Amino acid sequence: MQQQIEFIQSQQAIFAEVSQHRDWQQKYRLLMQLGKALPPLPDALKRDELLVAGCESAAWLCHQQQDGRHFWAFDSDARIIKGVITALLSQLNGLHRDELSAIDIAALYQQLGLAQGLSPSRSNGVAAVIRRIRQVL
Amino acid sequence: MLTAADFRAQFPFFAAHPDWIYLDNAATAHKPQAVIARELAFYQQQNSNVHRAAHGLAHEATRAFEQARSTVHQFLKPAADSQLIWTAGTTAGLNQLAFGLMDSILQPGDRILLTALEHHANIVPWQFHCQRYGIQIDVVPLDSANRLDLVVFRQLLERKPKVVSISHVSNGLGHIQPVQSLVAAAKAAGALTIIDGAQGISAGPLDLAAIDCDFYLFSGHKLYGPTGIGALYGKTGALELLRPLLYGGEMIKQVSFTGTVLNDLPYRLEAGTPNIAGALGLAAAVEFLQRFEPAVLQQHKQQLLQRLYQGCAQIPGLKLLSGLEDNAGIVSLVLPGEHPSDLATLLDQQKIAVRAGTHCAMPLYSALQQPGAVRLSLAPYNTITEVDAAIAALAQAVELF
Repeated sequence: MQQQIEFIQSQQAIFAEVSQHRDWQQKYRLLMQLGKALPPLPDALKRDELLVAGCESAAWLCHQQQDGRHFWAFDSDARIIKGVITALLSQLNGLHRDELSAIDIAALYQQLGLAQGLSPSRSNGVAAVIRRIRQVL
Repeated sequence: MLTAADFRAQFPFFAAHPDWIYLDNAATAHKPQAVIARELAFYQQQNSNVHRAAHGLAHEATRAFEQARSTVHQFLKPAADSQLIWTAGTTAGLNQLAFGLMDSILQPGDRILLTALEHHANIVPWQFHCQRYGIQIDVVPLDSANRLDLVVFRQLLERKPKVVSISHVSNGLGHIQPVQSLVAAAKAAGALTIIDGAQGISAGPLDLAAIDCDFYLFSGHKLYGPTGIGALYGKTGALELLRPLLYGGEMIKQVSFTGTVLNDLPYRLEAGTPNIAGALGLAAAVEFLQRFEPAVLQQHKQQLLQRLYQGCAQIPGLKLLSGLEDNAGIVSLVLPGEHPSDLATLLDQQKIAVRAGTHCAMPLYSALQQPGAVRLSLAPYNTITEVDAAIAALAQAVELF
């Protein structure tokens, strides 16, 4: 899990890069590369209780707390959601509870400028992952 | 003669969304103006409950409701002694059948026969009741072309299943099953025959008298009708076997606390106030369809399918799971090693509406050893321009991997 968290921390600049691109192909190219580069979670961590319900693809979200700071790691069978969640977590990991509470994660997602809204559709697991992040707080 | 372009012109959805390309017709079809107008007219001008009331408005609603039943029934080219029961849709109908045949036909130790490509609605209700009653389910596997293995089908019939329930068209692949010969073989083996027509109903003109199945089910919304209405067609003798799933309302003749006398068919299987507007809307969809020459619509859809199929086959890296022969208008495909939801997201971004996943047919995808697929499904209102744009969008999406 530490390996994922370190990788996510190293990708903080990508969020702004994706947000700034006007061209959808460029946005998705970056997100898909990011998703592919995210180190997989060890199988031992892909436990049923960490599965995010509400995604069409299997997705796992793990949480840990260190010195009052929150960290998440993520994995999925699908590449785009891995890229999107990695980009979001790069903006959230390492923050304290009160800092996280001040952040509107849905608005953060909107900043990426993807056409897909946060619908409750199963094909869009981002909303489900955001709910799981919020549950911890 | 009316053309496929005339057909498309009747669907207001396309004017409302000129920027979208809708290739998710196997999930639900759009509605022509005639269907929308019929439902609206019922609520604006005709609304009354059917069968019970003592007033003229209710008589008129009842007459229209029963006329709608007859219109939809005749559309199926029914066997002589058959009836049409309104349901909420195919799933509701299959639940009625699975529940309704336990005890009356199916006894502990009996077997039923399903296939590997069924929709969950033709698996789970059987599984649920069969486990409780101690009934064995046999499953016809797929052959190397992702079609039913007919040799094994015949072998499994030797186990004398009491019920054989098979989809007319695979919702995951689009393959049309040879239902007429499957039904003949199943009947020869002494089984009751059920055809899940959820996808078959829009595949072309039906002839249920020729297919000769005991039951056929479909949903109105896949035939350009409203959601929440469907039909269970059955031979009268077969329908008589069914124990009702729902009780109350019109399905009863006489009630006292010592006992209840059930009504006759079709009412016995239609508890509660029916979806009257839905039934009228579905009949309007059938009447709308009957204004067009079936061959014109079929030819157009097949032309679209050929073009879509060949276009997809030429995109490097894609693997097509559907075959082109006997296909009702579905191209199911995967990018090996990638999850289908990624491809669907990239199509969504380009406003191409498709479905991705296992399409409520998980056993099919485990037989295919795929995590799911992207499904592009056609209707006769789609156009060559749309198909070409979808192929280009797909190529664009694949290029991003």
